[in-house]
Amino acid sequence: MTRADKPSDYNWTIIFICWLIASVSTLGSLFFSEIMEFPPCALCWYQRIFMFPLVLVLFVGLFPFEKSVVRFALPLAVVGWGFAFYHFLLYTGFIPESIQPCSQGVACSDTYLDLFGFVTIPLLSLISFSVLVLLLFILKRRLS
Amino acid sequence: MKKKILVWGSTILLVLLFVLGGIVYKNQRTKKYGFMALENASIFVRGHSPTFGSDDARVFLVKFTDPACETCRAFHPYVKELMKHYPGKIKLVLRYAPFHDGADYMVKILEASKKQGKYWETLDIMYETQPYWASHHNPKPQLIWKFLPQGGLDLEKIKSDMNDPEITRIIAQDLADAKTLNVRKTPGFFVNGKPLPSFGYKQLQELIDSEVNLSY
Repeated sequence: MTRADKPSDYNWTIIFICWLIASVSTLGSLFFSEIMEFPPCALCWYQRIFMFPLVLVLFVGLFPFEKSVVRFALPLAVVGWGFAFYHFLLYTGFIPESIQPCSQGVACSDTYLDLFGFVTIPLLSLISFSVLVLLLFILKRRLS
Repeated sequence: MKKKILVWGSTILLVLLFVLGGIVYKNQRTKKYGFMALENASIFVRGHSPTFGSDDARVFLVKFTDPACETCRAFHPYVKELMKHYPGKIKLVLRYAPFHDGADYMVKILEASKKQGKYWETLDIMYETQPYWASHHNPKPQLIWKFLPQGGLDLEKIKSDMNDPEITRIIAQDLADAKTLNVRKTPGFFVNGKPLPSFGYKQLQELIDSEVNLSY
């Protein structure tokens, strides 16, 4: 990597922002479950499975900047987005609750957080995954 | 070099925010429940709630419990010990949070035993024999009938008393209060309205020590 290489700096910054989003999401979800003691439902766990590793994968791609990190991060983000989208539909009632996968313990449609009347945990997750997918996709285009 | 500072700086900042947020949240929670205990004590102690210990006690230990919960079982002798350590100073209040399968069956038997004045004996028997009837994969609450005669209970009377709709109402009320107080796991302890800072024997002992010191 050459020094003060502008395009490469932009690329690095995109990965850095993605890492920041993944870190905030990871710590945020841990805050909900460990500090506020909201039990995570099954769908939340599937989203966590795809969010948590992004923190490490993206971090490794930062030092030194490794452009192939997109190839490893994008599939995780896309699948995670799929779960987040499904969860969001379930939560907002587009998909009836009867076909949701978790029957015992916590229902995936239980509301634990409701800020300003519309900010819920599944919405936060969907936003995180959407921005991650978008940024990683932009980076992939830039690199190819 | 700048990038490294940026990334490590963000990491430290995020972790600090997490830890500070946790401390602030727990403090607020303690304050909130302390306030609820003053303003609305009945959320913690209902008229129907079984209590144990002196009526003059100034420290109220509220335990949300489930007869089928292993941790409640493990805490049972420990709570007794704590009460012995401060004779006359602690009043134990039991609330029901029967989250396990088959646990409300036990609560019904327990409440029925109250009418025979054998509540605490029956609770002891349930906890003692819990491993036999409370397997997670295959709970068999019926097995408890084998052990109940140990407490000198009139089983026929239990069988008719346990279907009293009043008991169902008590369970529903306790579950509603558990929800209000954010009790999602058992046992859930409150000492004079204060929740445990984190779960554990030592934390319970420390909270009781500090409340006894404050009250006496």
